Amino acid sequence: MEFLSDPIKVIYEWLMLTFTGWSWAGWVSSLVINLLAIVGFISAIMVLDILLVWVERKVVARFQDRLGPNRVGPFGIFQPFPDIIKLILKEDITPEGADRVPFNLAPILSLGSVLFLWAVVPLASRIYGVDLNVALLYLVAAGSIGTLSIIMAGWASNNKYALLGAYRMVANMISYEIPMVVALLIPTVLAGSMSLKTITEAQSTNGGVWFVLVSPLGALIFLIAAIAELGRSPFDLNEGESEIVSGYHIEYSGMKFGLFYAGELLHAFTFGGFVAALFFGGWHGPWAEQYPLLGAFYFVAKAMFGYWVIMWVKYTVPRIRIDHMLAFNWKFLTPLAFALLMVTAVVHRVLLDVPTWLYVAGMFLSNVILVWITVEVLRAQARREREAKASAQLAAAD
Amino acid sequence: MTAEQIIFFLTGALILVSALMVVTTRNLVHAALWLVSTLFGVAVLFASLDATFLAVVQVVVYIGAIAILFIFAVMLTRRNLLDKVPQTNAGWPWAALVAISAFAGLVFLVGQMPNAGAQKNVVFGDPLMALSMALVSPDAYVLAFEVASIMLLAALVGAVYIANRK
Repeated sequence: MEFLSDPIKVIYEWLMLTFTGWSWAGWVSSLVINLLAIVGFISAIMVLDILLVWVERKVVARFQDRLGPNRVGPFGIFQPFPDIIKLILKEDITPEGADRVPFNLAPILSLGSVLFLWAVVPLASRIYGVDLNVALLYLVAAGSIGTLSIIMAGWASNNKYALLGAYRMVANMISYEIPMVVALLIPTVLAGSMSLKTITEAQSTNGGVWFVLVSPLGALIFLIAAIAELGRSPFDLNEGESEIVSGYHIEYSGMKFGLFYAGELLHAFTFGGFVAALFFGGWHGPWAEQYPLLGAFYFVAKAMFGYWVIMWVKYTVPRIRIDHMLAFNWKFLTPLAFALLMVTAVVHRVLLDVPTWLYVAGMFLSNVILVWITVEVLRAQARREREAKASAQLAAAD
Repeated sequence: MTAEQIIFFLTGALILVSALMVVTTRNLVHAALWLVSTLFGVAVLFASLDATFLAVVQVVVYIGAIAILFIFAVMLTRRNLLDKVPQTNAGWPWAALVAISAFAGLVFLVGQMPNAGAQKNVVFGDPLMALSMALVSPDAYVLAFEVASIMLLAALVGAVYIANRK
């Protein structure tokens, strides 16, 4: 039953024995095994990505009171395959005046920036790519590669709409990076580490609880910043079909567009996974400690839930205007995130030695109080604005 | 030759070629993209030296912020971006001389080092923890750290003041 308790190690040792049995040198076999693992892992994620196309279409259909794909296979589950065949058969157009190399590099980098993220995601207690001690900064770094790919796409397309879309997207991503980084600092403070593995473990060992109970506001801020980073509705003004005809990928056809699309879906799912790992205990669940495959199942289920919440938001709320988007970030979300970080750090330090239930209650209460103060401040602000408007109208009437 | 050396030489070649392209290409946006490639190579070097924090910060700060800012600035400044002016000025032999002598000096200095060419040291403990402790420890860099943060804060306040002036 060793396979059930540590599958990666068993597979590794079996492959090692096989390769050294073929009289390969030790380092060659370990290199080949690592390459195989990377290729296998990425392929598994890409296959999951194909499935996500179906999930997305089915869920949006539910939200819009339609049936969604239902012809190919049971519940239309094989619908993505005709989609892919269609995308591959489409003519691959490079617009005149396009900058060829960046134009072709952009979709690859866009999907790559998402795939990079999976290197640090802990799927289960002993199933993860690498336990990086700066995993959360790595998340931000991969995001900046994504930003770069979008600006390359927008510029290389030689199209005004594409460039406008890219500008909007980059403004969006750069702005929302700040509350996101601050929200990422909250699990860092709580777990005392930036490693995703340690953060996940801190949510169960030594009487730890899911960080969503300790810092619900932090989870909410991270979710909002993640949706903005994804460029999904309500922050999808980079696409803005009615004004700039889908923005930075307007000139892409066939599978190049497919790479952007697949990258977007996988990005959303990946952020669902990060929400799960940071705030919902990652792979933790009943018997997940003994059976890592079960842990991986829990992780994917939680990530799917996060992905579903992101879809729920996307298909419910309308697009917001760019000045509202920027004002919301700079005047509301960023100050709130910094205030929350300070409150979390102080309360966490003060309640370090009390029993767990008191600690959780205190942290939760501090979040509630902060939300209450925020609401009061906003209400006072709105009242001031209303009164100023009313007095201005009075003055105009006189 | 170990795998590490192969990676080092490949990365070094990438960095040097990209750096050369930054100054020789005539398309300013391409120059910015080559600069990104150079900076990414430096990040790879940091990663291969076990300096994960520096590697990631290199990508976040230089690619995520500075290179994007460059690209923005280049795109927003001029329509054509293709200058037909000569790429060198009269002083280039002097610059080449300085560069070559600096390189020769570096090669000489590295050759003088007692453990040149040796394997890199194994890092004990968590280097990230050591770095963060050093930044807040009174015996190490807490003063420099705080001064830098006050300077950044002053720059931020100044920028807000200038932008907000009616």
